[in-house]
Amino acid sequence: MTAVQAALLTLVLLPAAVGVLLALVRGTERVATPVAVVTAGLTTAMAFVVALARPSLVLPFMVGADFSLAVDALAALVVPAVAAVTFLVLVFAAGNIRESRSRFHGLMLIFSAAALATATAASIPALLFAWELMGATSYALIGFWWRNTDRVAAGLTAFVTTRTADLGLYVAAGAALAGGAGMALADLPAATDPWRHVITAGILVAALGKAAQLPFSFWLSGAMKGPSPVSALLHSAAMVAMGGYLLLRVEPLLASTGWAGPLAAWIGVVTAVLMGVVALAQRELKQLLAASTVAQMGFVVLAAGVGAVSGGAAHLVAHASTKALLFLAAGAWLTALGTGELAGLRGVGRRWRVVGVAATLGALALAGIAPLSLWATKDAVLAAALGASPWLYAAGLVAAALSAAYAGKALWTIWRRGQREEAEEGGTGEVGALERTPLVVLAAGAAVLGVLALPPISGTLAGALGGHGEVALTELLVSAGIALVVLLAMFRWRAPEPGWARQWLRLEHTAHAVVVRPALALARALARFDDRVLDRAALAAARAVAVAARAVARFDDRVLDAGVEASAATADATGRGAARLDDARVDGAVEGLAGRVRRLGEIARAPQTGAVHQYLLQAVAVLAVGVLAWFVYAVMG
Amino acid sequence: MSMLSLIVFLPLAVAAVLAAAPAIGPTAGRWIWVSVCAAELVLVGIVWAGYEDPGPNGLAFEEQVPWIPGVNSSYHVGVDGLSLPLLAMTAVVFLACSVYALRDTDRTRVQAALFLFLQGVSLGVFVAADLILFFVFFDLSIVGMYFVIAGWGHGNAARSALKFFLYTFLGSLALLLGFIGLYVAAEPHTFDIPELVAAAPLEGSALTGGLVLAAILVGLAVKTPTVPFHTWLPPAHTDAPAIGSAVLAGVLLKMGTYGFVRIAMPMLPDAWRAWAWVIVVIGIISVLYGAFVALAQTDLKRMIAYTSVNHMGYIVLALGAVGLIAENAAQARSVAVTGAMVQMVSHGLITAALFLLAGVMQDRSGTYDMGSYGGLAAPAPRYAALFAVGAFASLGLPGFSGFIAEFQVFAGSIALAPVTAVALLGILVTAALFLRALQRVFTGPAEGRSPGFADLRPRELWSVGPLLGLSLLIGVLPRFLLEVIEPAASALATLVRS
Repeated sequence: MTAVQAALLTLVLLPAAVGVLLALVRGTERVATPVAVVTAGLTTAMAFVVALARPSLVLPFMVGADFSLAVDALAALVVPAVAAVTFLVLVFAAGNIRESRSRFHGLMLIFSAAALATATAASIPALLFAWELMGATSYALIGFWWRNTDRVAAGLTAFVTTRTADLGLYVAAGAALAGGAGMALADLPAATDPWRHVITAGILVAALGKAAQLPFSFWLSGAMKGPSPVSALLHSAAMVAMGGYLLLRVEPLLASTGWAGPLAAWIGVVTAVLMGVVALAQRELKQLLAASTVAQMGFVVLAAGVGAVSGGAAHLVAHASTKALLFLAAGAWLTALGTGELAGLRGVGRRWRVVGVAATLGALALAGIAPLSLWATKDAVLAAALGASPWLYAAGLVAAALSAAYAGKALWTIWRRGQREEAEEGGTGEVGALERTPLVVLAAGAAVLGVLALPPISGTLAGALGGHGEVALTELLVSAGIALVVLLAMFRWRAPEPGWARQWLRLEHTAHAVVVRPALALARALARFDDRVLDRAALAAARAVAVAARAVARFDDRVLDAGVEASAATADATGRGAARLDDARVDGAVEGLAGRVRRLGEIARAPQTGAVHQYLLQAVAVLAVGVLAWFVYAVMG
Repeated sequence: MSMLSLIVFLPLAVAAVLAAAPAIGPTAGRWIWVSVCAAELVLVGIVWAGYEDPGPNGLAFEEQVPWIPGVNSSYHVGVDGLSLPLLAMTAVVFLACSVYALRDTDRTRVQAALFLFLQGVSLGVFVAADLILFFVFFDLSIVGMYFVIAGWGHGNAARSALKFFLYTFLGSLALLLGFIGLYVAAEPHTFDIPELVAAAPLEGSALTGGLVLAAILVGLAVKTPTVPFHTWLPPAHTDAPAIGSAVLAGVLLKMGTYGFVRIAMPMLPDAWRAWAWVIVVIGIISVLYGAFVALAQTDLKRMIAYTSVNHMGYIVLALGAVGLIAENAAQARSVAVTGAMVQMVSHGLITAALFLLAGVMQDRSGTYDMGSYGGLAAPAPRYAALFAVGAFASLGLPGFSGFIAEFQVFAGSIALAPVTAVALLGILVTAALFLRALQRVFTGPAEGRSPGFADLRPRELWSVGPLLGLSLLIGVLPRFLLEVIEPAASALATLVRS
């Protein structure tokens, strides 16, 4: 193993090992925060090392299914982003999380290790391994405050929903095995038909689930019940982002099928529009941001669908920085004020200026205001969409306008003067330096990462990743104009908040009605069937045996025994008759018989001469008869 | 005496001494028990270290002594890649149980004797290379478990034990019938397993082959158990003592699935191919039915018992799929068999751990009813953590052995028959039911019987922890196990359909 391969392994194993130690070993509460921050820092350094060195590593795992990790151009772009956001979020958490620190930081590190492994996975087993581990740690992180059953239930929903989609990867693994091209992600387009289509469908479903695209989006709403740093990491650079990332990674496979690309594109753009409406209707900042995450991920999915890998990757990275910033700002306010309701956050930007300015930068970027990051990256995607279909482009523009609308809604709230709605629970009333610093760094990212989608870097990226390097100036101006107009309009008008949108299209309600409740009813019905039919059938069989046994016993008592009794009685009567007969007749006969036996005895005494040779002769005679008898039997039989 | 005979007869001999010597006190009895289990693990470790793959239909550490020459049955033992992992798993589970029972006070000496007896016969099943020998050990394990449940169980123990005994004993009679069928069909008549595999006596005779396979399948299906022969399992588990449940689920159930790979598949490949679809369907039904029925349970131990039906279903499914027709699928078949074998080991470790953990509930507050608890993580954080680890291991989370097993089971099966993908629903339902159980028992405010619930004691930690640790080891670094299994799995797959 070379040094850079070791670096790649360290990138994944270091946070994983430290995380497991922190989460499981007691007495690490005091050192947990510094240890986790240092680990995340080292991991980030390692991420930049592997991004430059591009190592790949193949570990034998199962026959025909290696555990491969590799850093290609796409991973080189995303892996440092994941690691850096993790580091910044953990710095924030150092100031924000005040209880169960070792468990929190341990889980966060395991989660980030899983996310980094997902980003570098180059074969299906490695991908599925990291992918599901990411889901499971997200469960533990969302339900971090386990004394509150609601939060744990939200974690359950997140895990079970994403695992439903994950089943697609299991199917893809089986199809890859049958398809004959092996399990390396890069080789999948070479799989034979129809397996190639099965693989594509499986991966597509898994990615859509993780990226919370329609119809899976609802799990992300509940996931907001986790601590804010968790939301910041899970829903910016990792987990949700990894769904979009996977589709970018397998873009050649999507394109090779002919149907998967357009399908992904449309699912992405429809999600972007509908979840944009959902975001606009939210009254709580974290819910607004969550719906916005789904919508923004829609652009990445759209990018994968239309082959704009470089644009999608740029959008992913820029969005990671922007959304981590906004979630952390929301978390800082939540801790300080005890509320996440927009009504309670009125004018909060004025109270903590650094947070306010950083969040403003984030919101403007999210709105697509030029020249901030998401403006350019989104346009790189939309330009490719226009190449595929004008309808896709039009829908994309609507989604872009909605981004500006919900970002504006949040932005005006935090600067608006007036009476704030007081929270029920009091907050700490302060935002510490550890919480402020990461916001500044992330704000810088949200501002400038757009260069990834602008010349000259866009051309280099497109060359390395695939996609379009050029974006027409008119398109850039059109989208910048739309964003600005909508943002300003939001200052003037209140957004509509229809119930169906506020409740996330009632998706969770529908999932409960259509899937969860029927499944539970089926489970109960089968359990009753098991107890009342199967088990009783076995018992009935056993009882039938017992009944049969009793019948035999009765037969034994009443027939056989009675028969014996009767014969005994008969024998008794016969005996008495015989006795009479005996006295009268038999006695004499017996006397006669005895006399005859006595004479026979005298004859039999004759061979008992005491001479050994005569005995021997007799024995040989008996044996000879025996052998003869056996011989006859053997020959005949 | 060879290593394997030592491994089998050491616990039996010590069991006899313990049973016959009332002078041995309870403390001595317990420590003798633990020491013998530890020695057994060392012995199995030595075998593992010296093991080299013996090739198709070969056995390592082989030993053969005439026994009943009249019917060509001998004391024939040996191990290969299919049996060695189970031998090791059995030694580990029994050691964990002996540590768990270190504080037991109820007739300790007799209990130790009984478990050592059970260990000896269980190991005997996995090393037997003769059908009569296999059958004797197989039946003795049933007898031993009957006394464990009836003697140390709780609740309706006598009735559950009897049900277990009658059901599985009847199953074993079906098995015996099948064995006799094989004996009669083989020319010359023999009960020797490698000879029968080499002869494949009923090749070409569909009807007789089918009937013999049916007898063997029914016998093994009861023991495994598959739907619909599983109804002895929940009551047996619910009323068995914790260590009894751990051995029953961890070791005894494997005798059923081990019988598939050791006897049914290699000796009756023709019939196995002919009936492959039936076996696949039984596997799928067991997976889904077991998962859904488990989802509806409110009693923790019954729930875990039904997940065993689900988990053993994966094995049946994969082994059935191996017999199906598919093109260019040699690798898929081998992967499916390997997955099934790993699942046997994995389920042994994880379910034993879960049953030992469930036993803690009975020990502390006398009930497995999940509704009687809530927020248990507050008074018992270590218990909660270990249970959560066990639950995630059981639901097939990557990083644990279950994933290595289920990934291969599904990859192999789906490649051979895409319809088997419906069984994937099983891993989803399992995830849901374990997370629901965790939520109900461990989270929220402490209520019901939770307040004052004492956290795990060292002996409990040191029995359950290593089981889950091993599952983690296999999950992260599976090669040491797969290298033993893969050649044998590949040979078996070739034998069934080349």
